Amino acid sequence: MGLLFAYSFRNLLTRRLTTFLTATGMALVVFVFASMLMLADGLEKTLVETGSFDNVVVTRRSSGSEVQSGIDRLQAAIVETQPEVAIGLNGRSLLAKELVVLIVLQKRGTDAPANVVIRGISENSLALRPQVRLAAGRMPRPGSSEIVVGESVAKRFKGVEFGATMFFAMRTWTVVGIFDAGNTGFTSEIWGDVDQFMPAFRRPVYSSVIFRLRNSSEFDTLKARIESDPRLTLEARRETSYYRDQSKAMAKFLSILGLSLTIIFSVGAVVGAMITMYAAVGNRTTEIGTLRSLGFQRRTILFAFLLESLILGVIGGCAGLFFAAFLQFFTVSTTNFQTFSELAFSFTLTPTTVGKGLAFSLLMGFVGGVLPAFKASRLNIVEALRSV
Amino acid sequence: MLLRLLFRNAFRHKLRTALTVCGMAVAVLAFCLLRTVIAAWYAGVAASSANRLITRNAISLVFSLPLSYKDRIRGVEGVKTVSYGNWFGAYYVEQKNFFANFAVEPRTYMELYPEYIILPEQREAFYRDRKGCVVGRKLAKRFSWRVNDTVTLIGTIFPGNWEFVVRGIYDGRDDTIDDTQFFFHWDYLNETLKLTVARRADQVGFYIVGLSDPNRAAATAAAIDAVFKNSFAETLTETERAFQMGFVSMSEAILTAIRLVSLVIIVIIMAVVANTMAMSVRERLGEYVVFKTLGFRGRYLAGMILGESLLITGLGGVLGILLTFPAAEGFRRAVGTWFPVFRVEPETIYLAIAATLVVGVVAAVLPVWHVTTVRIAEGLRRIG
Repeated sequence: MGLLFAYSFRNLLTRRLTTFLTATGMALVVFVFASMLMLADGLEKTLVETGSFDNVVVTRRSSGSEVQSGIDRLQAAIVETQPEVAIGLNGRSLLAKELVVLIVLQKRGTDAPANVVIRGISENSLALRPQVRLAAGRMPRPGSSEIVVGESVAKRFKGVEFGATMFFAMRTWTVVGIFDAGNTGFTSEIWGDVDQFMPAFRRPVYSSVIFRLRNSSEFDTLKARIESDPRLTLEARRETSYYRDQSKAMAKFLSILGLSLTIIFSVGAVVGAMITMYAAVGNRTTEIGTLRSLGFQRRTILFAFLLESLILGVIGGCAGLFFAAFLQFFTVSTTNFQTFSELAFSFTLTPTTVGKGLAFSLLMGFVGGVLPAFKASRLNIVEALRSV
Repeated sequence: MLLRLLFRNAFRHKLRTALTVCGMAVAVLAFCLLRTVIAAWYAGVAASSANRLITRNAISLVFSLPLSYKDRIRGVEGVKTVSYGNWFGAYYVEQKNFFANFAVEPRTYMELYPEYIILPEQREAFYRDRKGCVVGRKLAKRFSWRVNDTVTLIGTIFPGNWEFVVRGIYDGRDDTIDDTQFFFHWDYLNETLKLTVARRADQVGFYIVGLSDPNRAAATAAAIDAVFKNSFAETLTETERAFQMGFVSMSEAILTAIRLVSLVIIVIIMAVVANTMAMSVRERLGEYVVFKTLGFRGRYLAGMILGESLLITGLGGVLGILLTFPAAEGFRRAVGTWFPVFRVEPETIYLAIAATLVVGVVAAVLPVWHVTTVRIAEGLRRIG
């Protein structure tokens, strides 16, 4: 086995340029493959972390997202009195009535306009979202024109630095804090007092009501009651499934794009590997004849060439994954057309992706090498020795 | 003589050449498809007219403007026609059946968009029926709607079931025009809202302004915004092109990724072709040295290698370009709902040809350098 390995490995070393070019081709394919998986994982991670399983989001029926939704005060009050709502430390329901609208801000650097989510929060909003904590400054005082911005917004948009004043909805707002929401979707939002936003934006209805469940298993009864109440035109969803629904289209788009690109690319790389391996066999016909006459079996020859191709694949795979790992420093921000607002998420490298990338590169090596290896193992000893 | 040699050399290793040509064809095909996807994104920008402005709420598109702005906009110098509408955002039967649907003021809207071609009697029928709607040819085909059919849409922004009667089917002036849209009377929406949610009535999502002189677009836009400065609903007016561009730039990150990837595929195939050429030249080094011994110049040898490389990439490139058209057609059928306009542009083909040439030349560089610099004695001594 050691001999076999050394033989295959040295063959690759001898033809450095060819090895390098073939491995580069494979590395690029694995890079693209891994980056697409990383992007999908990043999106998934952002969405899973944004929602909590025990939280319920209530929006207007068939509205899809908070931006399209509208809940008037009466309906919100009815939701508030449901018995399944958890009670907070201060003895009041752990429930927040929020307003969500979009405003246009200019990106740093490119000046490109993008829609940013503005969320009007009430006193419990922060308690309902343990992922969110202040990174600088303080939370806005109720009843004042103060706002806090998410870290990702502060980083990517102009004029929203800590301490800056912004003008929108005919009022001047002061940024009194920056909040860190980790990898969640909240990092792409701006928060302020809901009772200030409602008159400022002239929107006398809430967008959503969010609350913690007293007991997580009571969700189904609560959902059935809310949705069958004739006074309400609302629908209740767990926060996790709400955020998953929000990006279904984007997740699907990313996976279709990733899959079709990977398939097309791998055809190119497999062709490259096949060419290399056929040439390796062709160049070494005499050598193979010699090996066979020394007593090496057909099977051994087959393995030697297959091994060579697999090593080629692994080299490419490792190189591709190595470079893909650097993508983790980048954050992608793009518009989610389902919510029509900006969402930031980063490439995330998971062990599964590494495994898949390596498996994929081995597969490419195998597919590229199996035919040439068979050709090598089936050579006739006499003819092989005679060839020049 | 050189040409014959080229062909003979290129097809000496039939399998290898066939594989390389295949790889090249797949790469060019992928390149063209990706470029077409990008172009499809820009379809709205390409189809926008220079003599239309879009006025919307300065805060963002989700906020509306009062209907009363209509006459004040019409009073601004340089404004010829004013139409208005709302993004309706409804779907047909199932949420995944997404398409663009707008409530518009029919007469002025049709006047401003001459690129939507509709039979005069259908147009009249649409004008006369407040519950009437006009749909694009492709959309009508997708749901098998015919003129005078009743269609029920389910509202998301404006909840409820909305009934319409198809009064006309429009065609695009050419295939750059989106014919998957749905238009109906703004009055129908407004009158219904007056009965159900009165506070949302008399609100317009956007105004479309027809200019009398497209050269004064910027000045007119500024003049319109100046009228509503410091009002409850400040406006943002921009040319239709800039407005559409705003949508495109929202998905900039994805577009950049696709653009990068379309370059990566070219680099991958470059590695594959360069590999093929390097191998062929290494195997034939002895022959090239014999050429040298006979007195052939380096230039001649370079031409031979370059020609062979270009021949292989050229074959693959042509094959790839030919395959692009049926592939694009298949792709359009699969994702037509996302990209209403999906066509291969001539520019894409030129780029593919350029990429093919570049790959051919780059792949030949190292082997050419090797052959022209190798010393004769060294080359003859070499085995394998």
